[in-house]
Amino acid sequence: MTQVPMLEIKNLHATVADQEILKGINLSINPGEVHAIMGPNGSGKSTLAQVLAGRESYQVTAGEVLYQGKNLLELPPEERAVAGIFLAFQYPVEIPGVGNLYFLRTALNAIRRRRGLEELDPMDFLALAKERMKRVELDQSFMNRSVNEGFSGGEKKRNEVFQLAVLEPKLAILDETDSGLDIDALRIIAKGVNSLRSKDRAMLVITHYQRLLDYIIPDRVHVMANGRIASSGGKELALELEKKGYSWIEEQQGSKAPKAGARAP
Amino acid sequence: MTDSRESYLSQFEQAERQLVRGGDWLARIRRSAIDRFRELGFPTPRLEDWRFTNVAPIASVPFRISASARTLSSTESLLARGLGSQAPNLLVFENGRYRPTRSRLADLPEGATVLSFAEALRERAPSVEAHFARHAAYEAHAFAALNTAFAEDGALIQIPKGSVVSSPIYLAFLSDADKPSLSNPRVLIVAAENSAAKVVEAYFGQGEYLTNAVTEIVLGQGASVEHYKLQGEGEEASHIALTQVQQEKDSRFVSHSLALGGRLVRNEIRVALDAEGAECALNGLYLASGRQHLDNTTFIDHLKPRCTSREIYKGIVGDRASAVFSGRILVRPDAQKTDSSQTNKNLLLSEDATVDSKPQLAIYADDVKCTHGATVGQIDEASLFYLRSRGLPAEQARALLTYAFASDIVRRVESASIRAQVQRLVAARLPANLVFEEQQ
Repeated sequence: MTQVPMLEIKNLHATVADQEILKGINLSINPGEVHAIMGPNGSGKSTLAQVLAGRESYQVTAGEVLYQGKNLLELPPEERAVAGIFLAFQYPVEIPGVGNLYFLRTALNAIRRRRGLEELDPMDFLALAKERMKRVELDQSFMNRSVNEGFSGGEKKRNEVFQLAVLEPKLAILDETDSGLDIDALRIIAKGVNSLRSKDRAMLVITHYQRLLDYIIPDRVHVMANGRIASSGGKELALELEKKGYSWIEEQQGSKAPKAGARAP
Repeated sequence: MTDSRESYLSQFEQAERQLVRGGDWLARIRRSAIDRFRELGFPTPRLEDWRFTNVAPIASVPFRISASARTLSSTESLLARGLGSQAPNLLVFENGRYRPTRSRLADLPEGATVLSFAEALRERAPSVEAHFARHAAYEAHAFAALNTAFAEDGALIQIPKGSVVSSPIYLAFLSDADKPSLSNPRVLIVAAENSAAKVVEAYFGQGEYLTNAVTEIVLGQGASVEHYKLQGEGEEASHIALTQVQQEKDSRFVSHSLALGGRLVRNEIRVALDAEGAECALNGLYLASGRQHLDNTTFIDHLKPRCTSREIYKGIVGDRASAVFSGRILVRPDAQKTDSSQTNKNLLLSEDATVDSKPQLAIYADDVKCTHGATVGQIDEASLFYLRSRGLPAEQARALLTYAFASDIVRRVESASIRAQVQRLVAARLPANLVFEEQQ
């Protein structure tokens, strides 16, 4: 019996402000797997992440995305969260006036309510939050501050992984969660993420650098270039990229599709 | 324009004998005020000060000046809506008339005077003669002239030298009109040297009526007054108000204006920083929806050196509502070392909502620090997506961001009990039914 993939992307095309960014993505992730997507800036990695989370300003023009065998693209962002999808943002948004913990409890309870579960009261939620904060070594003083307001780059990323740890999604998408982090912060983030790996949970880790993959060891590595997946392989592909650089992939892709930007038939 | 001016002039003639019972000085002021009203007439948008607010709907209705002693059956529900919690110091006014049976003064320091304005006039309280109509310039303001001619009730609050009133003094002006009626509440607050008090003016009601309020606040040297205005008039009501503040040396005045109710509303605050070292902070929040029109007009007059003013007004405007922020700051030639800042931020929730933001700075001194800024925006799409991606339904996410926009004004309210009340009133106006506790 074949397993239903957690995520199946078939020939996905998407545009942002009438410009085609994704030009036919194919990707399949099974429960329990961690896939990494690497690629140069502008290759479409973040667009893919935003499309999967349901950003409305991104238009899907062709293809389909199945999540646990069901059409994901028809769901609004909040229903995707209810279904178990979580995006750790590359640039987490600052929201002055909304308490960090209040926000997360409201989110968790909105999800629980839609799933037919009992809501957590503030005391139970606080206990959960404190325990999960330890995993990302986030100081408790962050609980009472406004969402991401005045957080450093590293603190924002840790706050994303903290939210991930509280919401416990089935599919976690991490969009350049390593960017702008020093090595200590990177280790902490990776430790937090690794503690969430399980046979029921899939992860899609988007990164520009191989460095993160020393700590979060992926099952599969895909390289994106010019809106497509140019190459896929095991974790050794990341090391090869590190040695040869992205131009190697871009050249390889260029030889397959001679005209830059030409669409595959 | 045919308007109701004649109606008020004849109502004055009929009531004059009763209106002037406070003494000759009062008779002179009343007469001069009604004459001035006759000359000025109701303001029109041709006047620069009234460019964005057309009071024709008020001017065209001959409101009856409410003289009835009818007690309201809705008082309890209006009080519950407006004030909620128990307040030890509470004066209740029904259709402009003081109701001693519903009022109480349980926590006042020795020597502090809190009286209904009618009683203060009857007793010929010297501070009334000293201050009534000396600050709020009815010569330049038709509505203030109308109030000055007719004002019979309201409150006199007098805090003696060095005295501190720790419990807020609530003045609840409740209206319930079965025919178009007009009340002219008058409040006079005199805070002597180094005294301190918090006063809350609350306006709630139902039916078609006009509240035309004038408040005069006089701060002696080193005095501190926090003035709150919770305006939640009924949806068919109009509310015009002028608050005039006179500040002595090193005094501190803080105003919190919350404008929620009323169909046609103008709330004007004028502050004279008339001695060195005086400081004022004007905080405002206005939430307009439906077809409401909420006008916030302020004037801060820096007359003397080394005074500080801080002003921040925020507005949330939805549906087909309109709002106005018109903030004038004048720094006179004498007012060196003035430190002044003014901010106005607006959030538009619909395509048909409008805001007119008009900051005006006039600086005639050379050694000053003045900043100002105004913005009009919409709910940030990136923030909305962030919240929704975490599982918040769109409507709830929008309400949360709307509340967040207003929250820094709410947090400026220093008194915890008043803050909780403001929070409740604001949350009740948001589209989604959110429970807002202190966000911890």
